[in-house]
Amino acid sequence: MSTVIYVPCDSSAVSLGADRVAAAIAQEAAKRGVDIKLVRNGSRGMYWLEPMIEVSTDKGRMAYGPVQSGDVPALFDAGFTEGGAHALSLGLTEEIDYFKKQQRLTFARIGKTNPLSLTDYTDNGGYRGLKNALAMTQEQIVQAVTDSGLRGRGGAAFPTGIKWKTVLNTASTQKYIICNADEGDSGTFSDRMVMEGDPFVLIEGMTIAGLGVDATQGYIYLRIEYPHAFDVLNAAIATAYEAGYLGENIQGSGKTFHLEVRQGAGAYVCGEETSLMESLEGKRGLVRFKPPLPAIKGLFGQPTVVNNVISLASVPVILDKGGDYYRDFGMGRSRGTLPVQLAGNIKHPGLVELGFGLTLRELLYDFGGGSASGKPIRAVQVGGPLGAYLPESQFDTPLDYEAFAAIWAVVGHGGIVVFDDTVNMAEMARYSMEFCKEESCGKCTPCRIGSTRGIEVMDDIINGRNLDKNIPLLRDLCDTLLNGSLCALGGMTPYPVLSALNHFPEDFGINAEATAA
Amino acid sequence: MTESGTTQPTVQEVIATLKDKPGALLPILHGIQNALGYIPADSVPDIAKALNLSRAEIHGVISFYHYFRDTPPGKQTIHLCRAESCQAMGARQLEEHVKNKLGIDFHETTADGQFSLEPVYCLGNCACSPAMQIGKEIYGRVTADSFDAVIDNTEASA
Repeated sequence: MSTVIYVPCDSSAVSLGADRVAAAIAQEAAKRGVDIKLVRNGSRGMYWLEPMIEVSTDKGRMAYGPVQSGDVPALFDAGFTEGGAHALSLGLTEEIDYFKKQQRLTFARIGKTNPLSLTDYTDNGGYRGLKNALAMTQEQIVQAVTDSGLRGRGGAAFPTGIKWKTVLNTASTQKYIICNADEGDSGTFSDRMVMEGDPFVLIEGMTIAGLGVDATQGYIYLRIEYPHAFDVLNAAIATAYEAGYLGENIQGSGKTFHLEVRQGAGAYVCGEETSLMESLEGKRGLVRFKPPLPAIKGLFGQPTVVNNVISLASVPVILDKGGDYYRDFGMGRSRGTLPVQLAGNIKHPGLVELGFGLTLRELLYDFGGGSASGKPIRAVQVGGPLGAYLPESQFDTPLDYEAFAAIWAVVGHGGIVVFDDTVNMAEMARYSMEFCKEESCGKCTPCRIGSTRGIEVMDDIINGRNLDKNIPLLRDLCDTLLNGSLCALGGMTPYPVLSALNHFPEDFGINAEATAA
Repeated sequence: MTESGTTQPTVQEVIATLKDKPGALLPILHGIQNALGYIPADSVPDIAKALNLSRAEIHGVISFYHYFRDTPPGKQTIHLCRAESCQAMGARQLEEHVKNKLGIDFHETTADGQFSLEPVYCLGNCACSPAMQIGKEIYGRVTADSFDAVIDNTEASA
């Protein structure tokens, strides 16, 4: 029997040379007459070990990494196809501490399976949630999601069940499910990993959502920066149609759900749900006033569920194992698991899925291993470009929506970007204003004009001009953005700016006492 | 042959294939840019007519989105990430190096028409920062040296 060798097709692994490694393995095996079966799996999410290859053995899957194509002959010499020892040996994959300590519910299959194999998917628990859902009433489906305590993983943390219930109870001949796959936050890649590494779980989640609220059409609004995810999703959708998991009469149930991927075009603001819907309708991505809520009047004026990739990809396990099972993970009002993404200047960057409640310190040091540069960690930004910068004194905050809100920070989409002590926080504050200016949709004045004024004020501050006047001016401007903007882009840009100012005043040329305005 | 002579059949075909989709404008613009590398100004009236919109509306959509362009790009477009995670791993210095090496700023194309340089705000490759994308190819842990190697290789094979 041929030995199965896994080489990830995840785009981050590929960015480090995984395709060249796969080609070298195939070539070397042919040369040596070794019978192998090469499988392109998703990534396990331990990116400092990528490209990480695995070999199936009697004891389980053995890992080697990080492997470059030049290492391949030596790996064959060491007998890696039988799990032989080599300097790059990592032992059994699932015994690697970083992996073993996780609670993988949403990411249960990612890295284990071939993303495009429907058989792999169903052999590993896939489509059990849909099977249960097909035997339930719409109210029961929505109730299961409500019971799970799932809150929107895109960042806003709104209870998913309540959103679904509103759409279910709004009468209409046409309703929509939109998957917000416009993952634009720096430091986040969990949506990408799901779409590239387990696309069927998203398709299943959206199908269940469609059944639950009586929607027959779904759209995945995917950012243009994810070309690999686009190909994988389209291939998986085609397979799901062929196998009767999409289309009319799903699995003989008489139910219908159609699904299509639409690409964005490089506008961060289109991750905001109303702007996203404008874009899907073929317009400029201008933010809409709310109300009306999208759940009542959304895409093409119809009731629409807009959920993030991770929210929807968590639905199958909830319908499979029950809302209670999912709710038993987590803390406080943050139920279930959160796929945390460790990025930036960190020794062990990657994906860590765990129930809510772990502290930042545990994530940064126990999992992350400290900074990549070896210098002290000075600041971390949690929750993307609109998230607050946190200093070391706040590293004991548990990952929990309410605990973060209490320190004027956000969990957001679970991305953590680490900076060492070479960072200049005034420069980062200026960058936040610049980002807001670049990405503003232009509809509301605080965001459109305020961001440009913010860059100017930050330039004055960075050059030490008139700090007595300019620091209060910056605070005043942030107050206007915070309270006067139409959406989170302008409304939350003050989070990184003011947190940088409050926690790192020395970078703004002032001492700590002067900041208490 | 005039420009419209070469682009018009492609544009017409894309429009005819996609115009009946709900919210067809973005798919049409993607279709044209995929085929031609940009959206020629002379395609705007045709799109407007097919979707029963004004030319101003079409132009407004093209100009709103960073990705769409109305001028031809270089042979290769380099998308260099400027976002926080990449900054934490030296993207600011890399950006300076890239601009010097190519002799251009963002949104410009080298004189030989080989490379266009565009900023991007996150490629989702944050675990391997700093990151860039050339065509569909994504690169991680990019250094000044590895950037030069990629560029020199691309030029050599071009």
